[in-house]
Amino acid sequence: MKVLMFGWEFPPHITGGLGTACFGLTKGLLKHGVDVQFVVPKAYGDESQEAVRLINASDVTVMMNDPVFREYWSQITYMEIGSNLIPYVGPEDFQQMVSENINTKVEEGSRVFSEKFQFSGKYGHDLMEEVARYALVGASIAASSEFDIIHAHDWLTYSAGVAAKKISGKPLVVHMHATEFDRSGENYNENVYEIERKGMAEADRVITVSNLTRNIVIERYHIDPDKVITVHNAVEPPENTELPDAEKHVKEKIVTFLGRITFQKGPEYFIEAACKVLERDKNVRFVMAGTGDLMEKMIRRVAKLKISSNFHFTGFLKGENVDRMFAMSDVYVMPSVSEPFGISPLEAMRSNVPVVISKQSGVAEVLDHVMKVDFWDVDAMADAIYGLLHYKSMHSMFIEHGTEEVNNLKWENAARKVADIYESLV
Amino acid sequence: MRSICLYFQVHQPFRLRTYRFFDIGADHYYYDDYQNKRIARRVANDCYLPANEVLLGLINEFGSAFKVTFSISGSALEQFKKYSPEVIASFKRLAKTGNVEFLAETYAHSLAGLNDPAEFKRQVQEHAATIKELFGVTPTAFRNTELVYSNSIAGQVLDMGYKTMLTEGAKQLLGWKSPNYLYCSAPHQRLKLLLRNYQLSDDITFRFSQKDWSEWPLTAEKYVSWLNNVDPKQEIVNLFMDYETFGEHQKAESGIFGFLRAFPEQVLKTRKWIFSTPSELSEDLQPVAGIDCPHAISWADEERDLTAWLGNDLQDEAFSSLYKVSDIMLHCTDADLNRDWNYLQASDHFYYMCTKWFSDGAVHHYFNPYGSPYEAFLNYMNVLSDFLIRVREYAENEPIPFSAQVVKKVVLPKEKAASIPKIPVKKESKTKTSVAAKPPKKA
Repeated sequence: MKVLMFGWEFPPHITGGLGTACFGLTKGLLKHGVDVQFVVPKAYGDESQEAVRLINASDVTVMMNDPVFREYWSQITYMEIGSNLIPYVGPEDFQQMVSENINTKVEEGSRVFSEKFQFSGKYGHDLMEEVARYALVGASIAASSEFDIIHAHDWLTYSAGVAAKKISGKPLVVHMHATEFDRSGENYNENVYEIERKGMAEADRVITVSNLTRNIVIERYHIDPDKVITVHNAVEPPENTELPDAEKHVKEKIVTFLGRITFQKGPEYFIEAACKVLERDKNVRFVMAGTGDLMEKMIRRVAKLKISSNFHFTGFLKGENVDRMFAMSDVYVMPSVSEPFGISPLEAMRSNVPVVISKQSGVAEVLDHVMKVDFWDVDAMADAIYGLLHYKSMHSMFIEHGTEEVNNLKWENAARKVADIYESLV
Repeated sequence: MRSICLYFQVHQPFRLRTYRFFDIGADHYYYDDYQNKRIARRVANDCYLPANEVLLGLINEFGSAFKVTFSISGSALEQFKKYSPEVIASFKRLAKTGNVEFLAETYAHSLAGLNDPAEFKRQVQEHAATIKELFGVTPTAFRNTELVYSNSIAGQVLDMGYKTMLTEGAKQLLGWKSPNYLYCSAPHQRLKLLLRNYQLSDDITFRFSQKDWSEWPLTAEKYVSWLNNVDPKQEIVNLFMDYETFGEHQKAESGIFGFLRAFPEQVLKTRKWIFSTPSELSEDLQPVAGIDCPHAISWADEERDLTAWLGNDLQDEAFSSLYKVSDIMLHCTDADLNRDWNYLQASDHFYYMCTKWFSDGAVHHYFNPYGSPYEAFLNYMNVLSDFLIRVREYAENEPIPFSAQVVKKVVLPKEKAASIPKIPVKKESKTKTSVAAKPPKKA
């Protein structure tokens, strides 16, 4: 079985969980005898090639004179117009982008239609342009290679997937890692929504990372429930089994939030819960690690509640610093308002940190040894944090069973389900 | 004549309200009055009242040939008094017929028998006094919470003056032996034992309305034909069940009341069986053998052990924290503290903390007000933290005439699940369905 897979990023060049998930899935698929060609907008050359053959979209020549491409381009440009919100981009970046877009609009067509196009491979400037161009590349690769199935990850690649399906006639599987509603709440971007909806409507199967996401896909995108299948994400076993030493220089217990400080992640609920815990127990420090468009607002809120001496912001953390942060933590909290899956609690559990997660996260569907609370229920959240800090058997049970539970979430098993979906289509 | 011993357990716990850590020290009321009232009234209407009516009718019809036995926990009686007094009146009418035996048990439906002999005794006495007051009879036979039993409990029960006790006909207890005889405790031979026939009991409690059961639908005629298949040499069949089986676990629509109504008539028609109570059987029969039970058993789940209530870290911490103050509580005269001490000991709270059902929680979720064992633990520990503060304050302010202020070291029951050799459960020939787990709790 050969799969042509469209992604947007691949380790080590990742900005969110998407690249990590794609890597785990392709490795798992390999174990089930599935051969994956993975297309990314821009390959840096140092990506892990152990599981896949990576195709750099920047290297693909697009036959511009082909009428099919011309026709497709006109459809794609339509989708692009009026686009005003992009994942992982803050409002300032976005303002700048909009103005640039207006300026470059005229030239865009010609730039894109040069035979080769230099993808940035990043979220941000000219994203829509890259999405459109990527679709052309998808069509081009589909016309020239052999495969049985097309698999596209998230809306950025859906157009490429659909184009590849039109050219090759092969079945298309689209994978929903996050919907526009997860990213933006009710202020969703209609163009992104439309790309997602069309991609799913055209697809033969839609894979969602949780039942939570599956429900959104069925209710908000009106996709036929029979073709929407949940395959929960998994987690890669740690490369380095030795946990980093906790360089903890404070005697207080540490409770951590780690993630983008955006609407989706619910940082304000963490702050309100922290305040409730601190009213009763001053021997706790709360850490908000990460950055995002709500960061300043959160700092102001912490100051207003007068808990700044026990509440710390670290800014953006990555790599080793993330591990170190986990190693220092006594409790990890993920209060997400809407989280299609949410891999970070699994990383925390693997570092022997008990976790509190919101019921509005897909990962809650696969975990038993965690505290689950509604994101808005700050009383319950504070109570869970307090309990984990004070009742030692709860702490020890979480550590004892949590690691085992996480280690049982194998990509190999998730990939088996995906391979079964492929087999049902060919 | 052979005997059927029909015994029903009646219990309702006082469920706790959502109690946050910031309530500790600030709010001393722990109970979810709304839920407790709602459930008590619902079960009264769906089960206790209609089932009592059926039994009363049967007693009027068959006279002394039909007898039943009840154990009603102290907390259930309190809830009836509070929320549904007509249930008490109905049980009083049953008591008046003289065909009903009321058993002794722990007032709080607690597990005190496992680790706290003094508290165990206090609760049994409190319960016996309550039964005497309400129904005019003093219990002469004993059954422990969830039929929990061991050699050590047998000794304590005998010391309290009871000659008869009911427990589970567990495989680890009986081996090849049949539950259908009167036994006695091996180390305490004056204590006679009646053992539950779980096969025939569970046919009613679990399988009655299971449409995928090969024997569905179960009629009284069919059931009596099974009774007639019991080896003629065997003397008794002990059918012990939750009273809530009638109308609550098995809904009225399943025909369970019709079965209850028809079953005694079919039994008595055979002229081979009569209905007897535990104390009667204990008088009339000779024990055939002694039963040794070094590790505690119960009627719960496939394992018939204590792991539904004790054994994981959460349950053990909660349990041992609670009993740390038992010495103080034994001499406590504060009514509110005594009430809470009883209610917090209910085995149900520990049952909600059980983690062994994560894989097959379906049966148990029904009986559990919490989303997860961790939530149950968290809430209980918050309540307990407040309770312990109050008890210690009380101990500091009240001159207690002995060394009770010294916090006692609590030893968890030695009868841990891990030490019990697992006996493989044979596939039951008569039933295709594998539901053999015993859910001991109420909604």
